[in-house]
Amino acid sequence: MQQLKTELTPEEIREQKPYEAWGLSEREYDYICSKLIGRLPNYTETGLFAVMWSEHCSYKNSKPILRKFWNDGSRVIQGPGEGAGVLDIGDDQAVVFKAESHNHPSFVEPFEGAATGVGGIIRDIFSMGAKPIASLDSLRFGELSNPKNRYLLGEIVAGIAAYGNCIGIPTVGGEIGFDAVYDGNPLVNVMCVGLMNQADLKMGRAKGTGNSIIYVGAKTGRDGIHGATFASNEFSDDKEADRSAVQVGDPFMEKLLTDACLEIIHDHSDILMGIQDMGAAGLVSSSAEMAAKAKSGVTMDLDLVPQREPGMSAYEIMLSESQERMLLCVKKGEEQTVLDIFKRYDLDAVVVGHVTEDRQYRLYQQGKLVTDIPVTSLVDDVVEHEQPKRKPARLENVQPVKTPTVKDPAETLAKLLAQPTIASKRSVFRQYDSQVQANTAVTPGSDAAVVRVRHTRKALAMTTDCNARYIYLDPYVGGQIAVSEAARNIVASGGVPIGITDCLNFGSPDDPESYWELDQSVQGIAKACQRLDTPVISGNVSMYNETDGRAIYPTPMIGMVGLIKDLDHITTQDFKQAGDVVYLIGETGNDFAGSELQKLGGELPTGQLHFDLDSETAHQRLVLDAIQSGMLQSAHDLSEGGLGVALAESIFGGQFGFNGQTTLTNAQLFSETQSRFLVSVKPADQARFEALAADQAVFLGRVTDEDAVHLTTADGRLEAVSSALKETFGGALECLMK
Amino acid sequence: MFLAQVHVTYKPSILDPQAVAIKNAMHRLNFDKVEAVRQGKYFELSLDVATATDAETQTEAICEQLLANPNMETYRYEVKELANQ
Amino acid sequence: MMKFAVVSFPGSNCDEDLYYAITDDLKADAEIVPHTSDNLEGFDAVLIPGGFSYGDYLRSGAIAKFAPVMAAVKEFAKAGKPILGICNGFQILTEAGLLPGTLQHNREMQFICEPEPLMVNNNQTLFTSAFKAGETITLPIAHGEGNYYCDDDTLAQLKANHQIIFSYQDNPNGSLSDIAGITNQAGNVLGMMPHPERAVESIQGGTDGLKVFQSILQTYLRTV
Repeated sequence: MQQLKTELTPEEIREQKPYEAWGLSEREYDYICSKLIGRLPNYTETGLFAVMWSEHCSYKNSKPILRKFWNDGSRVIQGPGEGAGVLDIGDDQAVVFKAESHNHPSFVEPFEGAATGVGGIIRDIFSMGAKPIASLDSLRFGELSNPKNRYLLGEIVAGIAAYGNCIGIPTVGGEIGFDAVYDGNPLVNVMCVGLMNQADLKMGRAKGTGNSIIYVGAKTGRDGIHGATFASNEFSDDKEADRSAVQVGDPFMEKLLTDACLEIIHDHSDILMGIQDMGAAGLVSSSAEMAAKAKSGVTMDLDLVPQREPGMSAYEIMLSESQERMLLCVKKGEEQTVLDIFKRYDLDAVVVGHVTEDRQYRLYQQGKLVTDIPVTSLVDDVVEHEQPKRKPARLENVQPVKTPTVKDPAETLAKLLAQPTIASKRSVFRQYDSQVQANTAVTPGSDAAVVRVRHTRKALAMTTDCNARYIYLDPYVGGQIAVSEAARNIVASGGVPIGITDCLNFGSPDDPESYWELDQSVQGIAKACQRLDTPVISGNVSMYNETDGRAIYPTPMIGMVGLIKDLDHITTQDFKQAGDVVYLIGETGNDFAGSELQKLGGELPTGQLHFDLDSETAHQRLVLDAIQSGMLQSAHDLSEGGLGVALAESIFGGQFGFNGQTTLTNAQLFSETQSRFLVSVKPADQARFEALAADQAVFLGRVTDEDAVHLTTADGRLEAVSSALKETFGGALECLMK
Repeated sequence: MFLAQVHVTYKPSILDPQAVAIKNAMHRLNFDKVEAVRQGKYFELSLDVATATDAETQTEAICEQLLANPNMETYRYEVKELANQ
Repeated sequence: MMKFAVVSFPGSNCDEDLYYAITDDLKADAEIVPHTSDNLEGFDAVLIPGGFSYGDYLRSGAIAKFAPVMAAVKEFAKAGKPILGICNGFQILTEAGLLPGTLQHNREMQFICEPEPLMVNNNQTLFTSAFKAGETITLPIAHGEGNYYCDDDTLAQLKANHQIIFSYQDNPNGSLSDIAGITNQAGNVLGMMPHPERAVESIQGGTDGLKVFQSILQTYLRTV
């Protein structure tokens, strides 16, 4: 028999407090001892508590704030709390989606960190019974002048590509932004979207006394122990050596796991009582959560758990974050049916335990009872902490921003197009298989990606968005803008926004200013969601995004899905034909606070944001109406870089030019006033569109087949060569990567 | 028990883009004396056979049929007996 | 009705796409045949899909060639019936020795997913009869190892026998002689890196790929 490592006794744990290094406070430890279990926990139990009580698993710090989200709406079939959220899209079908962050692992080992981030979120989707049909990646890096960031970008993208391409789920979009605040703390947020028949919906439940708990997938190794608590600790440069909690992914295994689980869900729904991914905190969180949600208990024999390494302790087996593993609850007596299917896929599957009635969480190893605690003490009884909040000093007495001087708008435009945040991401997106499954109608690069629903006239539009410079200036308004911009992207693609997921990337909750930012952003997001009828159906919180005490910009990434009711409504940002008439929807002010133009001047975001949900909804309504009545040739949301950049991007899809005039000033071409769209209309539809738009749209000019952009402004002229702008835009990122 | 240590590499005539990329990285790190890089795959096979000749015969067949693609790769291997544990 | 077999290996991920291209768009019959099957009786053509069979561990296609179904595929080839391998399917066919040469890592060491303009060099094959001679078409590619290589003698033979069916106009991956797709000497086995099954409906961005399947169907209809 293998010798187990010597473990501390319960008394030694009380004296030496190893749990503090695992993220459990002394107050929490004392509370668990006295109020929850009435004795001292042993080594294994202490480990389970530490990981289950971490922010990553329990959301103990963020829950009081997350309750402010809006989760209702007529389409919601499943809101937050399960593997992923589910929305009704008609015809007895549903869309399932969720986003998750993998920031810390991706900094430590960028290739595997990003790859396993993709793998984890995919398991959340198919565990609900949905076939994963698309993924998107929202990435943030420090500036590319730092070679470390070039390395991180290269490896993270390669890791996403390696995993996503192999598993056969198209990576259809996402966004990539750059700012020095992400030095040493890149963000990797992955969103996965699935499609299902509503009848196939499954939940993570261990229900029905005597039913079996089946483990399937990769063997358990020592990888990723305490990954969850690790994600809940701040980075500091002198701890580089400790950061070894990264797992290695196997997309081939995940493909088999996906196919096998979906087959069981479709064909044997009657005997499958519940299914859940072994994600953060692996076996303990999946089994404890499944039992907690079913108000049952669970007993497992750890000797039955497939293990990759000899001599693993109970603590290691339970906390391992080895990838590509699932936990199923199957009706007693029917296990063989499930085991046979997994065998056909060459997957390891074993019965490791059963459901009990008494709501205890019991683990046996080598015949010994090594854990015996109430399920509720691991899940429901975690004590929430509403942390103190404080408005950051930078947000007091905000001064208005001076309108910048733009002498040569063509030069400014070229500079903006070469900013990595704005420049073409084609050199990245071409590394992702965006077309496998043969349903991708709009590939990465337009406002939103579009995937059709085969054998119907429907399609799904999807996007990820967050301008963190705005959140930094005003988390409440910035939160509203993030949701609204995502919705604008969906609308410009021809879709009705139907719901969101999010990754809330923030600094430490122990910092009152970070906590205030989280609270304000969530309230802003909630307000916009309710107004735009886009409930929050899933999401994830990543706190402690700090390196050496310096936090990133608060970055609540919004992942939104829209329903395109008819394939004919699919619209892209590209101009389609010379002679088409171009309109700007929405008024333009002097909105330079947090803008890319301000960043170009080397400034941290300063100033006041302006945003009005009324005009936002009105303009979205107009664009959607115009698309649905077949009037628009193209539609593009105005975001970073304002009208100038949006106009240029609309030209780049073909070989076009533009000729027009505006009452705006040179500088206002780059103002980032919200709630605006750039659209083009066939001359034949001009009158019809103008009647519909009334005073919400102004004529800007016409698409030409000249290789030139001419735009007369109130105080100058923009004169540029289309192909030269396109070359700048197309080559900038690759150039910065060299 | 015998241990076969197998190396599979590209034939010298084959362009190996991975090796080129690795060499370029070495040069970027100022290891500019590196003239050439070849990369390959390394396998360790534990074989439960009676003699070294058996181990060699099997290893040879495995290389031919599976581990190397004769269109572009070559292989070499060494076999040694493992001490009983 | 003409019936296509779509062979599926563990890790194949374009098998369903091919199945739908045949049933929804070509309007012919198709069935997904698992790697464990040893029988291709009743099928008129075999399609070997893209993906990452067996994870593409070791080398792309190296493990798939030992699957039970491959013996039947070889028989099918010997009988002169049409076999089309796409992407990973092409890699499997070269590993199995049904097509000459090999597919290496792309020149830039990155996976590339893009629409690529291609030349149809030979429209006198059962896979390309629906194209015009010298027609330029666009099909998406999506691969990390599509850089075709063979020795000089093999290349000379491919050229002499007009076996280079598709070539890239703007070589994306470093392929020898811009090769995107080749047949065997008999002309009944085609391997190609671009994905015709991703270009069968206008919503996918183009329909040039449909003609590959239409060519197979037309040839079949002429012979029955």
